[in-house]
Amino acid sequence: MLGRTLREVSVALKRGQVTPTELCQKCLALIQKTKFLNAYITVSEEAALKQAEASEKRYKKGQSLGDLDGIPVAVKDNFSTTGIETTCASNMLKGYVPPYNATVVQKLLDQGALLMGKTNLDEFAMGSGSTDGVFGPVKNPWSYSKQYREKRKQKPRDENDSDWLITGGSSGGSAAAVSAFTCFAALGSDTGGSTRNPAAHCGLIGFKPSYGLVSRHGLIPLVNSMDVPGILTRCVDDTAIVLGVLAGHDPKDSTTVQGPVNSFLLPSLTDVSKLCIGIPKEYLVPELSPEVRSLWSKAADLFDSEGAKVKEVSLPHTCYSIVCYHVLCTSEVASNMARFDGLEYGHRCDIDISTEAMYATTRREGFNDVVRGRILSGNFFLLKENYEDYFIKAQKVRRLIANDFVNVFNSGVDVLLTPTTLREAVPYLEFIQEDNRTRSAQDDIFTQAVNMAGLPAVNIPVALSRQGLPIGLQFIGPAFCDQQLLTVAKWFEQQVQFPVIQLEELMDDCSSVLANEKLASVSLKQQ
Amino acid sequence: MAVPTLRCGFSGSRWTFALVDRGCRHRTVATFNWIRGQSSVAQQPLHTAQKPRKGAQEWAAVVGLEIHAQISSNSKLFSGAEVRFAAPPNSLVSFFDASLPGTLPVLNRRCVEAAVMTGLALNCHINQKSLFDRKHYFYADLPAGYQITQQRLPIAVNGNLAYSICVGKQQREITKTVRVKQIQLEQDSGKSLHDDLRSQTLVDLNRAGVGLLEVVLEPDLSCGEEAATVVRELQLILQALGTSQANMAEGQLRVDANVSVHHPGEPLGVRTEVKNLNSIRFLAKAIDYEIQRQISELENGGEILNETRSFDYKLGCTVPMRDKEGKQDYRFMPEPNLPPLLLYDSTSLPAGADPQQVIDIDRIRETLPELPSETRARLVQQYGMLPEHSFTLLNEVGLLEFFQNVIKETRAEPKKVVSWVLNTFLGYLKQQNLAVSESPVPPSALAELLDLLHTRAISSAAAKQVFEELWKSPGKPPAQIVSEKQLGLLQDREALEELCRATLDGHPQVVRDVKGGNPRAINKLIGLVRKATQGRAEPALIKQILEKQLSSPAP
Repeated sequence: MLGRTLREVSVALKRGQVTPTELCQKCLALIQKTKFLNAYITVSEEAALKQAEASEKRYKKGQSLGDLDGIPVAVKDNFSTTGIETTCASNMLKGYVPPYNATVVQKLLDQGALLMGKTNLDEFAMGSGSTDGVFGPVKNPWSYSKQYREKRKQKPRDENDSDWLITGGSSGGSAAAVSAFTCFAALGSDTGGSTRNPAAHCGLIGFKPSYGLVSRHGLIPLVNSMDVPGILTRCVDDTAIVLGVLAGHDPKDSTTVQGPVNSFLLPSLTDVSKLCIGIPKEYLVPELSPEVRSLWSKAADLFDSEGAKVKEVSLPHTCYSIVCYHVLCTSEVASNMARFDGLEYGHRCDIDISTEAMYATTRREGFNDVVRGRILSGNFFLLKENYEDYFIKAQKVRRLIANDFVNVFNSGVDVLLTPTTLREAVPYLEFIQEDNRTRSAQDDIFTQAVNMAGLPAVNIPVALSRQGLPIGLQFIGPAFCDQQLLTVAKWFEQQVQFPVIQLEELMDDCSSVLANEKLASVSLKQQ
Repeated sequence: MAVPTLRCGFSGSRWTFALVDRGCRHRTVATFNWIRGQSSVAQQPLHTAQKPRKGAQEWAAVVGLEIHAQISSNSKLFSGAEVRFAAPPNSLVSFFDASLPGTLPVLNRRCVEAAVMTGLALNCHINQKSLFDRKHYFYADLPAGYQITQQRLPIAVNGNLAYSICVGKQQREITKTVRVKQIQLEQDSGKSLHDDLRSQTLVDLNRAGVGLLEVVLEPDLSCGEEAATVVRELQLILQALGTSQANMAEGQLRVDANVSVHHPGEPLGVRTEVKNLNSIRFLAKAIDYEIQRQISELENGGEILNETRSFDYKLGCTVPMRDKEGKQDYRFMPEPNLPPLLLYDSTSLPAGADPQQVIDIDRIRETLPELPSETRARLVQQYGMLPEHSFTLLNEVGLLEFFQNVIKETRAEPKKVVSWVLNTFLGYLKQQNLAVSESPVPPSALAELLDLLHTRAISSAAAKQVFEELWKSPGKPPAQIVSEKQLGLLQDREALEELCRATLDGHPQVVRDVKGGNPRAINKLIGLVRKATQGRAEPALIKQILEKQLSSPAP
């Protein structure tokens, strides 16, 4: 049952084949079992069981709230949750319990979803590995998959656990949680690729909606002008269900668009001959692994062979994108982090000789090097003497980058097809050879431009690498054409038939849980 | 906001210091009374040192103002928290005001309308697109570490404000204009309360996030009194519009002054910023002190530092502020959580726009109330009063309304009403240091009293007595006082003749004086008769009877 998609389990709940409480308990057991993945910072067991109980009552009365009623979900620990600690994986917010729910969290709860817990991330979502948070790195469930282990011919994890892989980040906890079947959907956040990157490494759908489609109220910001709540699921239809719940104007977020939001239910495409797929030539970089490159070109061939028009397009300002992103990102970070001063909430140091000394020590103790480094650069860029040369210039470049996309879409391209990451997930020990800044610059290369342009984009897992690890490709659509984008993604998903992660080893350990399955067709391989 | 462009933008008329000084001196007898106790400013010996010595160059002072007016609205600029003065500390604080992570600003429509109204009243150009910026600095009462303001593109620019001052022995009214550089919407900060004893700072966030209008004036002013007059006029405009209560004592109107001195024709001097000006009187005092200080400093070979100074109202001088050491770099940045603020006029309004979603400048223009200058012109025209009387009526809080209520209810001549309201009524108030709203005499009582006077039921002298009685025993109708105190005009001519006769009989010496060729001595007799009637008889009538009796042979 846990291996199913959200849509399937939702049907099972409606048919009474499983109850919300059973489902909740199974997920909690699996969370416990997979604790070593470090996917969750906080497991909200008690609250989840209460929510399950309430959901169960609704089902018994035939008053289900909809597709999400009784569905276990997880939320990245940078979304505010009433009564549940929200840390951003930082000392600064350890012990901080928000008095309000982020709008997206509230919407999930209002639909009857069960909040299993808060997932791990890089501190304040600054990173691309989910390795730089105070609660330690997140381990990629694929490290323990049959597919990967067989290729590596390695022993089970208990005996040798030194070569585990990173999840990517910064929403690595959410990706691991969904990938390891501890929930059916999870919220991530995406500022430069933080949802799509771990989705690619964990073999999931990772969706970044158009900027302004989904409320940021309650999402602890990294870069306000680029942040969006992201959705991680195991199939495109599940993403569409969750998006349907989350999308829409929020009076508490002035950057959300007014007006009614259409349903995001996705038609099943049978004919792609009217589609035009753009392949941005600037995304073919030397660092791209041959395997990813070959899958990218196979994907293009697939569209071509099915009658779609596939054409090479140019996004000429792509090469300036990552530098531009760095300036804008750090500047907003410097500003957004100013509120963490130890006065109203969060960490406060013991120094009280002066307010200034208290600020300085609190911030030094509260933030890690990555955050402090970004604050420092950002403040440098915002200095009066530098503002024109850096911030203003970066804003202009951002406009050019956004215009690149507009021009391409105006030229008749429906969606762009690109890699999501340069290569598959790397082992942790390899990843930490480079510093966070270098890693982020490499890992965000295909993803951050989309954030600067505010466009919707989605990672679709395509195939396993020779090592047995997921590789994903990214589809990018015009602003507010999220449904069209997901429709194309769904067609592609059906064509590629990405294999389900085989975590039998883990699942065997959970045999007691799985023994209660009511359905005979339980299988984690449901291709 | 600092105004680095103050100097570059300066091109208006300059008033040399000497000229202004003369103006200010003459105004020691000004009847402006723009605020209670205000006249003491004019009585200060101002700028004694800048009277140019022979051969010395004159000094000219250049004064610019930045005025923060708290917007009168139920909720804060970007949050739903209530705005109220003197509420318990930290009782009016939303999650956004406390800068809880993840909270976002939501612009308050009422504050935008207030800014547009104020901009229109100050003849500004209203920008149909304006932007919000973050201004960063660390301070305990600024929870987010930045203030949201409008640095790059404010909501209103390029306006002007006319104000009148009286100069010369004739109190000739002249009208001047100060240019309004811009009006911007911004957040107020919280309040820090320093407990020195326990070396603690307590923070109250009730005020944090309250909407402010920052009105930046070009440096077109040249002395404290001009500045004070401008601020008073702005205060009246804001109050007339209802966009701010503009009460300085409650901090709803805060003024910072940029002051510099130079020799006319030479580049402007280094300026200082004077803060902590919490009354109009102190504003004038502080500016004049600062001008004086800068002149003495320069004349003694010193130099002026570009610094922030605070006015110490106890010592009556400005002192450097210590907590602003070093230059702040505010690291301005666009506020990413607020889209550009778009306003419309009748030509740009999108068809079918929901009036709840858009702000139409032209519609706001139509709802503008009568502005103080218009009110004054109307009063002069409608009631034939002197311009200075119209100023007094507006400057005293509530006096105009009082006056209009009296006018409405009485048949007395408007001039009579003006005189009674401005002299008698205001005199009593001032003597007891009361506001109009605290007056024991309501407009209706004064109206009734003036009616009695108008119908000659009582004499002027008796009316004064009735008024005094009204003041002492509030609520008693004037007519009742008249009858109880027997203050009604003595209508019985025979009785009056009797009294006159008796007076003549009782003062033969005075009668002899009159008859002996001193006609003025009759006044003494009139006075005696009036006294005997307790002021209830008309002096003219008494005189007439006395003259008749004196000229007729004694019986």
